[in-house]
Amino acid sequence: MDVVSQLQRQFVDYTTSLYREGFVDDQYTQLQKLQDESSPDFVVEVVTLFFEDCEKLINNMARALEQQQGVDFKQVDASVHQLKGSSSSIGAMRVKNVCVAFRPCCEAQNREGCLRCLQQVTHEYSVLKNKLQTLFRLEQQIVAAGGSIPVIE
Amino acid sequence: MESCNCIEPQWPADELLIKYQYISDFFIALAYFSIPLELIYFVKKSAVFPYRWVLVQFGAFIVLCGATHLINLWTFTMHTRTVAIVMTTAKVFTAVVSCATALMLVHIIPDLLSVKTRELFLKNKAAELDREMGLIRTQEETGRHVRMLTHEIRSTLDRHTILKTTLVELGRTLALEECALWMPTRTGLELQLSYTLRQQNPVGYTVPIQLPVISQVFSTNHAVKISPNSPVAKLRPIAGKYVPGEVVAVRVPLLHLSNFQINDWPELSSSTKRYALMVLMLPSDSARQWHVHELELVEVVADQVAVALSHAAILEESMRARDLLMEQNVALDLARREAETAIRARNDFLAVMNHEMRTPMHAIIALASLLQETDLTPEQRLMVETILKSSSLLATLINDVLDLSRLEDGSLQLELGTFNLHSVFREVLNLVKPIVSVKKLLVTLNLAPDVPEYAIGDEKRLMQTILNVVGNAVKFSKEGSITITAFVAKSESLRDTRAPDFFPIPSDNHFYLHVQVKDSGAGISPQDIPKLFTKFAQTQSTKNSGGSGLGLAICKRFVNLMEGNIWIESDGIGKGCTAIFLVKLGIPERLNESKFPFMPKVLATHGQANFPGLKVLVMDENGVSRMVTKGLLVNLGCDVTTVSSGEECLRMVSLEHKVVLMDVCVPGKDGYEIAIRIHEKFTKRHERPLIVALTGNTEVTKDNCMRVGMDGVILKPISLDKMRGVLSDLLEHRVLFEAM
Repeated sequence: MDVVSQLQRQFVDYTTSLYREGFVDDQYTQLQKLQDESSPDFVVEVVTLFFEDCEKLINNMARALEQQQGVDFKQVDASVHQLKGSSSSIGAMRVKNVCVAFRPCCEAQNREGCLRCLQQVTHEYSVLKNKLQTLFRLEQQIVAAGGSIPVIE
Repeated sequence: MESCNCIEPQWPADELLIKYQYISDFFIALAYFSIPLELIYFVKKSAVFPYRWVLVQFGAFIVLCGATHLINLWTFTMHTRTVAIVMTTAKVFTAVVSCATALMLVHIIPDLLSVKTRELFLKNKAAELDREMGLIRTQEETGRHVRMLTHEIRSTLDRHTILKTTLVELGRTLALEECALWMPTRTGLELQLSYTLRQQNPVGYTVPIQLPVISQVFSTNHAVKISPNSPVAKLRPIAGKYVPGEVVAVRVPLLHLSNFQINDWPELSSSTKRYALMVLMLPSDSARQWHVHELELVEVVADQVAVALSHAAILEESMRARDLLMEQNVALDLARREAETAIRARNDFLAVMNHEMRTPMHAIIALASLLQETDLTPEQRLMVETILKSSSLLATLINDVLDLSRLEDGSLQLELGTFNLHSVFREVLNLVKPIVSVKKLLVTLNLAPDVPEYAIGDEKRLMQTILNVVGNAVKFSKEGSITITAFVAKSESLRDTRAPDFFPIPSDNHFYLHVQVKDSGAGISPQDIPKLFTKFAQTQSTKNSGGSGLGLAICKRFVNLMEGNIWIESDGIGKGCTAIFLVKLGIPERLNESKFPFMPKVLATHGQANFPGLKVLVMDENGVSRMVTKGLLVNLGCDVTTVSSGEECLRMVSLEHKVVLMDVCVPGKDGYEIAIRIHEKFTKRHERPLIVALTGNTEVTKDNCMRVGMDGVILKPISLDKMRGVLSDLLEHRVLFEAM
């Protein structure tokens, strides 16, 4: 019982910190609510999908911005739009915020700005990926030890 | 001369001598004749004389001897032959008889002698028997005295009477000069002269108990002769001139109740016993001695006295106990009557309070609320708000007090029913959410998987309890987090050392719910913890936070009514505290499908599914969004089909789909086109699915959407509740105004 409560406390603290530091927002909480017996790994699945999506989009954007001759800003914009949509769907607040800042750069066709934003996006994405993966590992540990995942309001 | 037959005597007659002989013979004859007469007279007088025949013989002998001598009288002078012949005959007969008598006496005399000895022997025997008779009589008398004494002694249960009677009766029976009783003092180190026979009020005369003579008497249960000069015997000035009477002393055991041990009665060790000393003095100058039977009498009496005294003591004890009980009874009766009066008074008071107090309160609150709705200046508004807050508080206080008194009365009954346990917790969370978000606290709910969805119990009061506990945790935490954990208590964890007098017994149709609320707030110091559940007791910190101090007391009552236990632990001030309570809830029977048609098992774990089987088509280019939207709808019980492009959407859409949720975003104008195309596809209005636009873009407005024939717009992000609300509105009204 002690191990489980310890893990649970860790989980709660970690999750709290994610919210506090703005990595995730309320939408992530909504996602949690959708997880139940009929879809037990809903959150993991969605997040994994998001990460794949993210990677794809970031690669696209990187490729597009690398083009020496004529960056296709429309494509970059489209990718950013997609990324924004995805990140807001799962509640990845920071990523979404960067995307919001990214859009004007695209519209202004500012290559430097876009590159910078892309760097930020990549950074935020990796950090978030790490954090969420740690969280999922904690969840697995809790379940393995026989405890229940605490619900956070 | 003629010859005559006269006989001449031999000798010549001497005149004088002849005369004397003549007289003597006469007297002899007289005597000889009188003796038999005397004999006959006396023999006739005495009844018993075995030898009559001898007497007759002897009488005959004597008579003949007398006759001979008589006849001899005639022979002194000349006498005829006849006389001579008679004389001769007489002599002959006398000779015969006397010889016969002599012979007879040879047999008779030894007999006579032996009769004499026998007589002597019998006399001795008679004397001896007399003596013994005297002894027996004395003993019998003594016994009679003892019985009488005992009767006298035992006829009373009063200690003084017993002792006094003993002395008096002993004195009388044994004819004593003085009789005294020495009792041990409280300390047990001295003997005090308590009672005497002759002296009316003995002075407090004491002797130490360690005197050798006293030890000698105490060491044996026999009466012991002691010297008249010993200090216990010197009671009166010596009255007699010579020798003071003999003195005897005997111990009287004083038995206490504790000495009566049924198992080894009557062997009691003498070391723990206390004795009194009885001293008896024979009259001086009487030369009387103590006889054995008298000593025995004294010993017996001493024992009887001991028994009588112990009876008296027991009786005294029981009388005292009875008096005490009667007193206590009276006092208890009085107390009970007072208590009843107090309860009646309180009930009357409450009955009045209940109505009288609530009415004005309602008036105040209602009117203050109404006043709030009117136009007020800021100061007025502030005042009204204060009024409202204070009166709400007061109303709560009144309710709490009334509740508590009903609880204490025992008149409160739990209202049992089947309720959703999970939703109780969620409700509590919802209720504290506003304050929690204002205070920026973090509230976590851990519901263990084994906590059943439904339980039987008093939902309202359980919620009140949980709310109170959680409310307290929120109230006293300025920052940090609050964790609520709930699980089903297993039997090992039910026996808690912190609640030693709580013995829960789990059974088949009940379970114990263990709820723990941990906060990281102000904490409670260890000495305040016991007072927490007492009514109106508030610590310094709680006084400042408002509230009446009744909350926890009420919770405790509710928890007790639910056959549970509640307690609070804290590591100290500033270290937060944990409130834990256990309540007994019933396990409802298997849910009937007919009773709860809206809750099929698979969806019972995540709230109500309002739209079972509703066919929805979701169109979204973004994979993640698509998945999230689908997840939302599946959660609500819909049957979801997803498409990722407009063409696919048009292909897939059919009569079965009731709703189409399409993601529209400015870069691709597909969304609007699709909507128009769908309209074209379904000419009949009732066949057409409802089209709702999902967008994260605020530029997409209601008007635009309406123009292309959409039925509604939803702004992302969508929460579960929002989706539910949207769908229910949509299905009800067939149109949805913005859900932003």
